[in-house]
Amino acid sequence: MKKKTTSRQKSEFLWGWLFILPTMLGLIILNIYPMIDTIKQSFYKTGDFGKGNVFVGLKNYEKVLGDAEVWQSLWNTVKYAIVEVPVSIVLALLLAVLLNKKMKGRDVFRTIFFLPMVVAPAAIAMVWKWLYNSNFGLINNAFNIKVNWISDPKIAIYSIAVIGIWSVLGYNMVLFLAGLQEVPRDYYEAASLDGANGWHQLINITIPLISPTIFFVLVTRIIAAMQVFDLIYMMIDLNNPAWKKTESLVFLFYKYSFEQSKKGYGATVVVVLLLLILILTVIQIIGQKKWVHYE
Amino acid sequence: MKKIIYKTLIYLLLVIVSITMLVPFLWMFLTAFKTVAETMQVDPFVIIPSVWQTQNFGNVVKAMDFAKLYFNTLSMVGLRILFAILTATLSGYAFARLEFAGKKLMFSLVLLQMMIPVQIFIIPQYVMVSKLHLTNTILGLVFPGIVTAFGTFLLRQAYMQLPRDLEEAARLDGCNIPQTFFYIMAPLTKSAMVALGIFTAVFAYKDLMWPMIVCPDNRATTLASALAKMNGQYQQKYPELMMAALISCVPMIILYIFFQKQFIEGIATSGGKL
Repeated sequence: MKKKTTSRQKSEFLWGWLFILPTMLGLIILNIYPMIDTIKQSFYKTGDFGKGNVFVGLKNYEKVLGDAEVWQSLWNTVKYAIVEVPVSIVLALLLAVLLNKKMKGRDVFRTIFFLPMVVAPAAIAMVWKWLYNSNFGLINNAFNIKVNWISDPKIAIYSIAVIGIWSVLGYNMVLFLAGLQEVPRDYYEAASLDGANGWHQLINITIPLISPTIFFVLVTRIIAAMQVFDLIYMMIDLNNPAWKKTESLVFLFYKYSFEQSKKGYGATVVVVLLLLILILTVIQIIGQKKWVHYE
Repeated sequence: MKKIIYKTLIYLLLVIVSITMLVPFLWMFLTAFKTVAETMQVDPFVIIPSVWQTQNFGNVVKAMDFAKLYFNTLSMVGLRILFAILTATLSGYAFARLEFAGKKLMFSLVLLQMMIPVQIFIIPQYVMVSKLHLTNTILGLVFPGIVTAFGTFLLRQAYMQLPRDLEEAARLDGCNIPQTFFYIMAPLTKSAMVALGIFTAVFAYKDLMWPMIVCPDNRATTLASALAKMNGQYQQKYPELMMAALISCVPMIILYIFFQKQFIEGIATSGGKL
């Protein structure tokens, strides 16, 4: 008997490692090593014309922290996230609650709301750039207004956040719908017998019961919003006066690393972004105890 | 009476949101068939093109080789799906059902990869691709997607939900580990594989930064990155820009309409990675 278990154990060990080998090799070469290398590069100055890189210690970090462009792009990213994340979550939750009933056209609405999720942000941004066009765009002409949606430095980042909301609304809604499926029907029946109206049911039953889903969506949306790039890259060209007020951190990373070949400096920006995301996530994990209810 | 008003209000709201979601697509479609002059006319504002300018299609296809772009995009997507399902099925099974020394440590590396923003991998990945002389090739496009931490996690979840008795029965019948995996367990995770496949396809098709970096050549790149190029070059020629956007997203939209259930579930079960 004992011998049998050891041969089973041996075989599990062998096959276990064999099965994970392709994935682990790939992860180590494609992700773990690059992560370490990027962190290492953030301590180097990229050498010019084939000269080796020079170790500069914390110089890149000092430079980043003193760089007005970095601070501005951080502020732009935060502005984008502060609009996109809460609005897309609240609207999506509302839509999910409305659609979480037996009703005509439920699947059609769901399909329509989710549609932007399967279209490349590059195409979405092109369309919205055209909708936002100051002179000939649909939005200004339909409402007979004259707003420079994407060239007014004061509002451009918010106009882009609107596209972000529009793109992700259906996706958040689908996640909330999945969470709502888990809420037992009789909770609502009991509540309506007690005379609770729709609003009270939402606040007292629905939101506490799906708070784990809300937490999950919140954490992942903040992470994604902090990495906004595609929409901004597509909407804003270099002669746009709002350019400085819309650059995001990842945009800056792209610009430094691949347009200006300052990889060391680009690496520093992305390490700073990683730390920021890490801090934001930890704060949320600590804060969740106050409002997330696990069954 | 009160209930009817309430219901009407709900439908009204849902219809307004639906219109907001659809108008951009409709406007893309209508603009794609206008003349440049029509798009620059505000009094009266032109909604429907007076003559449908089908030659816009020809102009755009002449300027950008869309057949080639489609070929590149589909090849990248196809290979990434293949690699993702193959590697994640194997590793997902091992992490879910086999006991071996080092498993916990290896799995924590998988989780680590999932939690870290992808931009942190990009510079060294690009350096590797250029050292391997894979820039402007399909393999270069596929490169970061050869393995998938997220897929491993997804498949592991799928295997963990399967009953233990299945394996016990197979073992008593004399199946060894690879046989049990291949004949009994793997076929039962088809829906997770489909979800992973769809997720991989949508993610790869939408990605912009990687193809822009590794395949700057117009003929070697993907649809998304080609759109970014046109966007920079065409400036005010909105009919042609909209036609290009239309060409690049219509097939995906048609696929989505036919397989909406799989799409929505595939992307939703995969949670936050998009």
